Amino acid sequence: MSGGVLAVLEQRDGALRKVSHEVVTGARRLGDALGGTVDALVLAAGAVGGGADQLGAFGADKVITLTHAAFARYAPEGYSRAIAVVFAASATGKDLAPRVAARLGVPLAQDVTDVGVESGAVTVVRPVYAGKALLKLKLAASPALVSLRPNVFTPVQRPKAGVAQSAAVDVPGGGGGGGGRVTVREIKAAPAGALDVAEAPIIVSGGRGLKEPANFKILEELAGAFGGAAAVGASRAVVDAGWRPHADQVGQTGKTVSPTLYIAVGISGAIQHLAGMRTSKVIVAINKDKDAPIFKVADYGIVGDLFDVVPKLTDEIRKLHG
Amino acid sequence: MKIAVCIKRVPDSETRVKIASDGKSLDEAGVKFILNPYDEFAVEEALRRKEQAGTGEVVVVALGPAAAQETIRTALAMGADRGVLLQVDRIPADGLEAAKALAAELKGGGYDLILFGPMVAELLDLPCVTTVAHLEIDGARGTAEREVEGGVEVVEFTLPAVLTTDKGLNEPRYPALKGIMAAKKKPLDTKPTRVGQGGLEILALMPPPERKDGKIVGEGAAAVPELVRLLREEAKVL
Ligand SMILES: Cc1cc2nc3c(=O)[nH]c(=O)nc-3n(C[C@H](O)[C@H](O)[C@H](O)COP(=O)(O)OP(=O)(O)OC[C@H]3O[C@@H](n4cnc5c(N)ncnc54)[C@H](O)[C@@H]3O)c2cc1C
Ligand SMILES: Nc1ncnc2c1ncn2[C@@H]1O[C@H](COP(=O)(O)O)[C@@H](O)[C@H]1O
Repeated sequence: MSGGVLAVLEQRDGALRKVSHEVVTGARRLGDALGGTVDALVLAAGAVGGGADQLGAFGADKVITLTHAAFARYAPEGYSRAIAVVFAASATGKDLAPRVAARLGVPLAQDVTDVGVESGAVTVVRPVYAGKALLKLKLAASPALVSLRPNVFTPVQRPKAGVAQSAAVDVPGGGGGGGGRVTVREIKAAPAGALDVAEAPIIVSGGRGLKEPANFKILEELAGAFGGAAAVGASRAVVDAGWRPHADQVGQTGKTVSPTLYIAVGISGAIQHLAGMRTSKVIVAINKDKDAPIFKVADYGIVGDLFDVVPKLTDEIRKLHG
Repeated sequence: MKIAVCIKRVPDSETRVKIASDGKSLDEAGVKFILNPYDEFAVEEALRRKEQAGTGEVVVVALGPAAAQETIRTALAMGADRGVLLQVDRIPADGLEAAKALAAELKGGGYDLILFGPMVAELLDLPCVTTVAHLEIDGARGTAEREVEGGVEVVEFTLPAVLTTDKGLNEPRYPALKGIMAAKKKPLDTKPTRVGQGGLEILALMPPPERKDGKIVGEGAAAVPELVRLLREEAKVL
């Protein structure tokens, strides 16, 4: 692996997760800049589907699958024992990458939005101070550990196929159990197809302007019109009121998101909300108050009553996807 | 139940961010610093665990400049029993260096729970559960729920353990006047600390790219077709 880059991928129940293609894309960018190869590492219980066969096309020279019965789901203690070098992303990555960094005694730059190479050293850019500044860092160590913010690295296809390798591995401590100190007893799965706001490419977020919890139905309909690409988010005001689960909250004390399209509906745009979504590619605001601060960060705004505007928007989007 | 909570002093999110003349750091003039709002959840959870156990100690530990004493006092005012400041001039950019210094302080401290991250867990070789959204402790065993993409994981672990709390785990209490007065008399141990440079070097602190000025497409439902056209043809996101 000299001069190479290792992309640590994520799968769930044998299907590759969307962030994995993003991680390969980010790793490829570094690999090209360093003039090195990109190996992609997947830990799984068996064969991996969900586009794993196309990883070569996204820039992986070699795809290595390490199999162990305990790897069906992410199991932190087993994983960090099996992995040597890492480029990770996401919620799993936020758990795994610091462990690997501590084990290897190397630095980690988390949640980065850009990667590059300067004078042979890996550099990254990371949003800080609630997105109000960007920190550029150099990783003066090898391996350099980096985790990429979801949705920032758009996967790019390349006309090249990679090589796939698979090997069963043995993990001291049993993989899933970590010597019995931490065990996953149960996984309460979200409804099939439900997207997590942290990773959805489109987010339709609602605030107090929705008036009551039942009205979120109109946002769910709008999200549905995008054909499985959109999740429904929420402001803290409505989460605190118990209208929506905390997992959906966007902002300083909620999730940090960077979707391609963020539609803020009946959200005033308080600084703590902006902290979680200002790095979205395109922001649309629908608010009846033309002076609402959300319009200051929105690329496109409609001033009006959301109960008129949203159903119309849902119709128009349905026509597009019709 | 002896619990350590690692806390950090951060600029208030309302603060205006001005970059210092070195181009690498925050101009701290006029900046209001507060206890990291994420850490408030951890302090609150520690206090609740101690209250539930009926006995114990909550120790808050911060690595930072002398001014972080004020941050520690905030946590003491919430109800923590004592504070430790590992005093450094500057918090290293490399989180692993901070974690090493904090781990060295926590090692051998007899803590049942340490509310900090996976780095410290690895350094102390303790079990670790991150982003805990719900927590139950029963003797030397704990059960935590953590939100992961696609669901909620129910995880069992043994104590002592390292946990990171998810934002929104609880509703942090506000320090009452009585707490603020009491905090002034609580022990706060300041220890001059040396930290390594680590492997992360700051090259620059930059303003975020200016967002192109947005536009109001129009008013009411009548503006929707134009919005959709712009999203397709100009922004190219549909
Ligand atoms: C430490 C701290 C952390 C915080 N963290 C977060 C966080 O993570 N996320 C977060 O969101 N907030 C957070 N907040 C809260 C934040 O300050 C705001 O209070 C919150 O974001 C407001 O939510 P809102 O926009 O839904 O409600 P409001 O501010 O009440 O805004 C409602 C908006 O709806 C509009 N509206 C009403 N009716 C209609 C209608 N019929 N049609 C169209 N528009 C309509 C109004 O014009 C208004 O702009 C935090 C605050 C603090 C102090
Ligand atoms: N210098 C520090 N002193 C104490 N705790 C810290 C320090 N740095 C980080 N932490 C802890 O780690 C969390 C995440 O830190 P960070 O990744 O720097 O935002 C903080 O909220 C603290 O709980």
